[in-house]
Amino acid sequence: MAVILAVDDSASMRQMVTFTLKGAGYDVVEAVDGQDGLDKAKVNKVDLVLSDVNMPVMDGITLIKELRALPDYKFTPMLMLTTESSGDKKIAGKSAGATGWIVKPFNPDQLLSTIQKVLR
Amino acid sequence: MSVDLSQFHQVFFEESVEGLDIMEAGLLDLQPGSEDLESINSIFRAAHSIKGGAGTFGFPSLADFTHVLETLLDELREGKREVTKEAIDLFLQAVDCLREMIVALQQGQETDAERANELKVAFELMLNEDGSEGDSAAASETAASNEAPAQTAEIKVQTWTIYFKPENDVLRTGNEPLRMFRELTDLGDITVEAIEKDLPAFASLHPEECYLAWNIQLTGDATKEQIEEVFEWVVDDSELTIEPADADATPVPDKKDDKTADSAAEKVPEQVTNASVDDEIKTDAVAASNVEAIAPVASSSVASTSAPKKDAVATTKQAKSSGLGGEATSIRVSIDKVDTLINMVGELVITQSMLGELGTEFDMSRIEKLQQGLQQLELNTRELQENVMRIRMLPISFNFNRFPRLVRDMCQKLDKKIELKLTGEETELDKTVMEKIGDPMVHLVRNALDHGIEMPEDRIAAGKPETGTLTLNAFHQGGNIVIEIIDDGGGLNCEKILSKARAKGLVGENEDLTQEQIQNLIFQPGFSTADVVSDVSGRGVGMDVVRRNIEALKGSVEVESVEGQGSKFSIHLPLTLAILDGQLISVGVETYILPLVSIVESIQMEAAKVNAVAGGCTVYRLREEYIPIIRLHELFEIDTEHKELDKGLLVIVEGGGEKVGLLVDELMAQQQVVIKSLESNFQKVEGVSGATILGDGTVALILDITGMVKMAGIKQSELNIITAMSDHEAA
Repeated sequence: MAVILAVDDSASMRQMVTFTLKGAGYDVVEAVDGQDGLDKAKVNKVDLVLSDVNMPVMDGITLIKELRALPDYKFTPMLMLTTESSGDKKIAGKSAGATGWIVKPFNPDQLLSTIQKVLR
Repeated sequence: MSVDLSQFHQVFFEESVEGLDIMEAGLLDLQPGSEDLESINSIFRAAHSIKGGAGTFGFPSLADFTHVLETLLDELREGKREVTKEAIDLFLQAVDCLREMIVALQQGQETDAERANELKVAFELMLNEDGSEGDSAAASETAASNEAPAQTAEIKVQTWTIYFKPENDVLRTGNEPLRMFRELTDLGDITVEAIEKDLPAFASLHPEECYLAWNIQLTGDATKEQIEEVFEWVVDDSELTIEPADADATPVPDKKDDKTADSAAEKVPEQVTNASVDDEIKTDAVAASNVEAIAPVASSSVASTSAPKKDAVATTKQAKSSGLGGEATSIRVSIDKVDTLINMVGELVITQSMLGELGTEFDMSRIEKLQQGLQQLELNTRELQENVMRIRMLPISFNFNRFPRLVRDMCQKLDKKIELKLTGEETELDKTVMEKIGDPMVHLVRNALDHGIEMPEDRIAAGKPETGTLTLNAFHQGGNIVIEIIDDGGGLNCEKILSKARAKGLVGENEDLTQEQIQNLIFQPGFSTADVVSDVSGRGVGMDVVRRNIEALKGSVEVESVEGQGSKFSIHLPLTLAILDGQLISVGVETYILPLVSIVESIQMEAAKVNAVAGGCTVYRLREEYIPIIRLHELFEIDTEHKELDKGLLVIVEGGGEKVGLLVDELMAQQQVVIKSLESNFQKVEGVSGATILGDGTVALILDITGMVKMAGIKQSELNIITAMSDHEAA
């Protein structure tokens, strides 16, 4: 089954995302910030990256940029979880190599349907 | 699948409270005019997380309120606006309001909408003040988030013509055109034609780039919005046109160069071929997997591959492993502590097996080995005990952290300038003790700020720096933790205290007290030296309560003060409430335990110093004090040979501010005892605070000094007056 890296500094969001994804049969690797995510992605080959944007230590956009530079993650889908309504973050994310975004707040069904589209 | 979001609420509340702590600490650090991006960022992140979670977990009131906050914070972060004192104050109020909202939500109550709205208006006012675009952004976002997916208006089967040309490196963002086509098949029947006119010569073809464009015919009941959504992530970097085909256009047949496409997509060049490129690409040794993925699409027109049903998702229900135990309080333990424990249990097992082996074939020649083993066991046990205790230990910073805010607010209220210094914040303390020491500490700090530290002008007049200093310090001393609250204010006025104590009859007219004794009078019930009762720290009736609370924790509090230079309150507390440093004493055949902290001294009595006073009480004259004597054998009705006062052993103990002497038979060992509750196993017994099991298996009662003083019905302070008067008369 596909492995998904879920990166968020908020424990409740991580729990919700993990619970939802595992419930749908995915394997989930959790990380608490960009740096943690980067480290874990290097150890586990993941099939999809879901990352919050605003995080301490390393933000989501930097994480995506760093991951894209790795040969293993050249084409891996990477989605930003963002509340930003302004296009700034989306554009910054895109130019860092993000595949797309899921706008917060989202519910588990929205999360799953987006992920299923990308991973199908 | 439906996920019950309420299972994440507790974690969300906990992390939100932590977020608010971070915000508060950050705000307190922030100086007006500062450009401390690190602080602003951490405040922003905390607010942002709360907003995101609140929206996700279904708390719109919280999300709305945080949103306004966030908008303003964002402007601070971007440098569009300066950090002002007003902004900091407003944010701090917002933090308080959020705290209340979270508590209300946690208890399933309605949030105080009025207060939130007031603050929201204040924030909006501030946002509008500088005419920045913040407000409109805020408005548009709330509008956006309220926007319901109202695309179910009319369902009409029609054909759309889509021209899609992604930018060359679309694959490097993980966006596969194939995925979008698949999504389109969910919306209706599609016919895809690849336009390969931009495909370079093989030699210059880069396998990771996408050179193709597509013409797609979609027939179905999809709306334009739904189609746009499919391309949402790539639309900014692609050429995309979505137009309805002619109303009468029949679904595109599976013909290669159908000209109907041209009418809609003018941009599409004439030369539309379907020559297969996939063989070439596949033979390219460096072809990346994604190129293979597009190739089939490019090679032939895909006609309505019916999509696999999305809802065929395995809904393997996860057991609720998240460990959300509702209201039960929890403690976070660092993994190091747990590892240490496991390590020690390992050592204990080794010692046990060594002793076990010794026991199977034991003879006297191996007695030395046995002793060593027992020593080892003692060491293991002690270490294990200490480390188990450490699990309940938290750094006192948990407690100290509330004070920066308190000091800031009080300074504003009192118009004083005070700097707060925190030291020894990493000192660890039992969680229960920590929770219970909070209120007494707040009381002492408030007192120090209100009555201790002087007004700036008075300080300057006294030749002191304008800004006063309040220091909170913590450190370990023996088995205790000492917390100090030090101010460099006016100090205690001994004369004033003494005259007040005399006026209240707490001290006799002719009684001489040491400076220390006078200063500690402030812990007497109903004692206040405050000339003006302020609403900040009240009327000073609390100091006796402070002491009572601290003593309930088996601790003590004392004050040292130099007039004009400041005061230092020291709180001594046991590290834990589960273990007590005890002094074993014997009365007849019984053994009792006295808390070591309450023992002042032990003396062999001299007959000449024993006096009987009115009320059937016997006192002992110890230096300048009269100490009432409690005969333990009488109190507990035990038969003993040691009834004579003149030869007896007197243990002077202090509890509730009173000193008493306990007549005991013998002092035995001092040892740590594990406290077992009498109440939960038997019933409450006056004069006894608990019990323990001694090494030989017998049960010993732990004496409650304050309770015994009450039982004996004597007060040393009253006695001192009576005896001093009788001395006076005798003289």
